[in-house]
Amino acid sequence: MNPHQLPDEWGRFGPYGGKYAPEVLMPALEELEGFYNQVQGDAAFHQELDGLLRDFVGRPSPLYFAERLTELCRGAKVYLKREDLNHTGAHKINNSVGQVLIARRMGKKRIIAETGAGQHGVATATAAARFGMECVIYMGRVDMERQAPNVHRMKLLGAEVVPVDSGSMTLKDAINEAIRDWVTHIRDTHYVFGSVLGPHPYPKIVRDFQKIIGIETETQMQEKEKRLPDVLVACVGGGSNAMGLFYNFLDKPSVRLVGVEAGGEGIATGRHAARFEGGTLGILHGTRSYVLQTPQGQIAETHSISAGLDYPSVGPEHAFYRDQKRIEFASITDLEALNAFHTLCRLEGIIPALESSHAVAHALKLAPTLPKETLLVINLSGRGDKDLQTVLDTMTPESGSPGQQAVPKTTGAVKR
Amino acid sequence: MNRIDAAFVRLREKKQKAFIPYIAAGVPGFKETVDIALDLEAAGADILELGYPFSDPMADGAVNQLAANRALQNGLNDEAYLDIVRGIRTKSQLPIVVFSYLNPIFKLGMADFARRAKEAGVDGFLLVDMPVEESAEFQETCRTLDLRLIFLAAPTTTPVRLQRLLREASGFLYYISRTGITGERAGFEENFEEKLRAVKAASKLPVVVGFGISTPEQVRAVCALCDGAVVGSALVRRTLDDKPFADLREELRGVARALISPTKEIWP
Repeated sequence: MNPHQLPDEWGRFGPYGGKYAPEVLMPALEELEGFYNQVQGDAAFHQELDGLLRDFVGRPSPLYFAERLTELCRGAKVYLKREDLNHTGAHKINNSVGQVLIARRMGKKRIIAETGAGQHGVATATAAARFGMECVIYMGRVDMERQAPNVHRMKLLGAEVVPVDSGSMTLKDAINEAIRDWVTHIRDTHYVFGSVLGPHPYPKIVRDFQKIIGIETETQMQEKEKRLPDVLVACVGGGSNAMGLFYNFLDKPSVRLVGVEAGGEGIATGRHAARFEGGTLGILHGTRSYVLQTPQGQIAETHSISAGLDYPSVGPEHAFYRDQKRIEFASITDLEALNAFHTLCRLEGIIPALESSHAVAHALKLAPTLPKETLLVINLSGRGDKDLQTVLDTMTPESGSPGQQAVPKTTGAVKR
Repeated sequence: MNRIDAAFVRLREKKQKAFIPYIAAGVPGFKETVDIALDLEAAGADILELGYPFSDPMADGAVNQLAANRALQNGLNDEAYLDIVRGIRTKSQLPIVVFSYLNPIFKLGMADFARRAKEAGVDGFLLVDMPVEESAEFQETCRTLDLRLIFLAAPTTTPVRLQRLLREASGFLYYISRTGITGERAGFEENFEEKLRAVKAASKLPVVVGFGISTPEQVRAVCALCDGAVVGSALVRRTLDDKPFADLREELRGVARALISPTKEIWP
């Protein structure tokens, strides 16, 4: 199986993926695919994109040897891929800049996007500001509260942030509302999908704009260690940072790929967002993949302390490579993620996003079990400034350590 | 003959147009849905689109979102839905189309649910997020069961796509009056008439128009151009009101009669 031939022309990764969209959107998806294929061979496009990634985004992001984390683990040698050092503080900007460049070529005047943690919203607002385009960001009310700093950033960048009050008021509802906007303003608007989700060609486009993470990681590891890494660990909400890191290594079988889902308050409690542990095959937001849903096919309520992982489905390419046993998946609870957050703050002087903290937490479990010559890379997909309030709410003033209970979140109608 | 096909044959003979109401199954209640359906038929409705709720209805406006939530809160599931269909079918031959999204039907098992629906008295399916390109398997299921598979065409649909839709569609073609979500609106899309005429000219199937139609004047305007009108939110909105069911029925009957009247004139 050559991973570079997937998806097929209909957007399928084996039984996953596809193009399940209302008729109004179908011509727009065809148009987007057409333009995307066109820019593949367009040197001027790539020159412009590469220039922006270098001078505006700040790429390449460093591959950093986490010396004290490695000492703590007494096992594998731990590296951090520092996507948190990108402009706007996460990997999301790689995709937003690329899609906004395509939108300009398509002659679109208006940009819309959904956002969960706010990182994709900020990245898209940033790219839209850079190119003088109108920008509207949809964000669930619950996420606006828990990621307030990002809401302010988007507004400063000139975007309109529309609160979404339907459903669980989180990422999935923001996507619903963005799709409703798109079907209404289809002619002049481009929807910058933020993850390897949605109808074809989005999972492919987003992956292609994010695969630079893995390509850089290989080069940087060759420079530092003169060989390939052994283990890659990344958190998986929709799965864009993980696919961005993994894609370049899919056909290098010596490299172990580990995706980390949000275990919320524990899989047994039902309050989580671990699609591969509690999900079944379904179709949500245009793609066929694992979905947390009821036996009746109604989408279930999810929970995670991290807004960016709090989503009931997962990128179809992840589902495919899980079946192939090429990518393995684990889950990390809210509390484990919080502990890892504090560990990274204190040992390395890096405040990670709560999403990325899930990857750190799993690496902290994994690294001690591995021989010391093992090279382990954590994708530090974003920085944690946006999460300060969430984290502070879990801490007691005296101890400065996380409390026993992560912040509970009450939402929506459908119970799993 | 499939009841949907029979309805259009009858309308053609009478030189009338189709009135196709959309209502949300389970709103305001299960038994009430049956009563509303029978009232609509008595008022002159020709085909019923019976909404099967989905938790994340991404092509629907606020009214139909709220109705889907209400139905789910009321405990509507596959069995309750089919009970409503059976309830209507014991007293009526009104053609019934299951109007939903792909996921609930997929999760229930598409072939299995289609078979159960057929047995209960359903005549066709319309799944908003199942484009024609993803429909091959279900197409076969529907053909085997003599169910009609109805597709939407939109103002953005290109001539090439329209040809494909018309090859695959059965029952009737549902043309969306403008890009956007479901809900009541004041006007139609720019070049609406021109586009609808082109669709109508290309189609061997009856063409009906929906999305945003809420007044008798709009129904009349649509009937002049095609084979019928779909009205959803203007009816569903009223079923969400908190009032005695007898009053709601009376109101709906009045609204339906006014909306239906243009379709039952003699159209040359």
